[in-house]
Amino acid sequence: MNVVVCVKQIPDPAIPGQLDPQTHFMKREGKLILDDSDAYGVEMALQLCTAAGGGEVTLVSMAPNNETSGLRTALAMGAAKAILVSDDSLAGSDALSTAKVLAKAIERAGEYDLVLAATESTDGYTGFVPEAIAALLGLPSVTFAKSINIEGGTVHVQRQTEAGYDEVTSPLPAVVSVTAGVVEPRYPSFKGIMAAKNKPVDTLTVSDLGLSGVGGAAAGQEITAVDPAPARQAGEIVTDEGEGHLKIVQFLETQKVI
Amino acid sequence: MFELSEDHEAFRSVVRDFARAEIAPHAEAWDRDHVFPIDTVLRMGELGFFGIVFPAAWGGGDGDFTSLCIAIEEIGAVDQSMGITLSAGVGLGANPIFRFGTDEQRSRWLPDLVAGRRLGAFGLTEPGGGSDAGATATKASWDQQAGEWVLNGAKAFITNSGTPITSIVTVTARTDDGICAFVVPSGSPGLVVEPPYRKLGWHASDTHGVVLDDCRVPADHLLGAPGAGFRNFLAILDDGRVAIAALALGCARACLSLATAYAGEREAFGGPIGRFQGVAFQLADLAVAVENATNLTYKAAWLRDAGRPITQAAAMAKLYATEAAVAASRVATQVFGGAGFIDDNPVARFYRDAKILEIGEGTSEIQRMVIARGLGLPVT
Repeated sequence: MNVVVCVKQIPDPAIPGQLDPQTHFMKREGKLILDDSDAYGVEMALQLCTAAGGGEVTLVSMAPNNETSGLRTALAMGAAKAILVSDDSLAGSDALSTAKVLAKAIERAGEYDLVLAATESTDGYTGFVPEAIAALLGLPSVTFAKSINIEGGTVHVQRQTEAGYDEVTSPLPAVVSVTAGVVEPRYPSFKGIMAAKNKPVDTLTVSDLGLSGVGGAAAGQEITAVDPAPARQAGEIVTDEGEGHLKIVQFLETQKVI
Repeated sequence: MFELSEDHEAFRSVVRDFARAEIAPHAEAWDRDHVFPIDTVLRMGELGFFGIVFPAAWGGGDGDFTSLCIAIEEIGAVDQSMGITLSAGVGLGANPIFRFGTDEQRSRWLPDLVAGRRLGAFGLTEPGGGSDAGATATKASWDQQAGEWVLNGAKAFITNSGTPITSIVTVTARTDDGICAFVVPSGSPGLVVEPPYRKLGWHASDTHGVVLDDCRVPADHLLGAPGAGFRNFLAILDDGRVAIAALALGCARACLSLATAYAGEREAFGGPIGRFQGVAFQLADLAVAVENATNLTYKAAWLRDAGRPITQAAAMAKLYATEAAVAASRVATQVFGGAGFIDDNPVARFYRDAKILEIGEGTSEIQRMVIARGLGLPVT
């Protein structure tokens, strides 16, 4: 059982981020960390390999400046190796470019049974990359997995929905996006951190992948403006005249909470 | 030169995440209820914290002493009891077996201690004498007929000696060849672990008196060369002092951080109290103390990792960092005012926990003696 996990290295959310005033892209100059939402996919992949009695987890990532800090975290958790695509021309890539790059990188990962990714990144939130990768690789795509089981050549997924979950089965290999909470990510152990230093990270450029027509220059979308989120509106005050509970239920229903 | 390596910082952030998520939310309850949280200690073991400095051959992490100090500092910054549990488990439990044990003794006790599945304790201090460790009154006599050592005496303030996962208590005792060390497995007949002390602080740490009442151990439980017990233990203490400096640093840093945040948000006389120089200058002084304690502690750890002599550096780090921790916890409590005197406030817990730092693993007075002797002064 070999699993490829797409992971993103993002600016530390604990440090206030900045946008480039010209391009409106997030500045990514400092040290990057593993996106928290990707720790779930890494943990799921490690557990699936353990359950299958063997195999390894390969990470694929695209990041500027040959950044590997976030990859080291996932390697310390137990992933075996990583493929990093780092190229100045990729600055300003849109989600489709990112998917093209990651799909090509996945083809370099050797034999694999499953590709995992988070449903969306914590810094960009396009929520589109995993499905685009599946399309580019010609693989089935299953989204919003809250539970994954492998039996033979089939993956069984509980797919989170607003009302509950769907049970979905798909032949392998497939691309599955996982929600936060699918599993509890482990803390890297001291030995894991030490071992991660010596695990292979294959760093590639766009030309190494034989790709063209990707990156900022080829982006089919641009951010034209960024506005602050509107201030929160004052809430509605309901006076209870004996039927307050009904109004609460009615409100929760309109919000699809119940 | 003045920052730790990227690997060290990567490890620090993992320990910090663990400490904040898995220890900090429970620290107050463990303190209040005097609970030794065994599941959390076992998880610290699974993450390799107890094995950092030991070779992979014994299941360790092949790491350096600096990494251990980082772990103790970060855990100590949220819970001093868990910090001392780690520090004592490594420095006093596993380290004597690793440093002075035969391979046979190592293979018997070390793997479980290194993995953090079991804890070891070390009994040097006696009820009749603390700092005067050379005056050990506990006796070991050789029973030729049984081929066993017979231990009689008492040890005081022994950390990790009575937990459900304690496997050994190593004790010093006087023999015809001078002071020797003996490994006493938990449950040995004649090993009496007394009820836990009622302590001012460190409520979640396991501390007992231990009585040896005709306690018999086989010949192969003698640890190290006959008569080398006292010298061995002095060597171990140097490491322990740096570890306690790291624990104190965690305390001081946490107090500075808590008090600074509070001074920025607590309002009095029309604005935050941090605008008063009476508050702000005390915190400025604490920031300097934390910086000094950091530099002394990690300088000593660096010397240790470089295989250089550390007796002086360890004494300086221990003396300075522990006194900084006591000062920091006092100032932080004062900044919080009445709220700082309420037990569920972390600064109140740090205030109670800090005092022992100036006492255990060599009192401040002993550190000053060591430092003064290093100056060549004939201090007695």
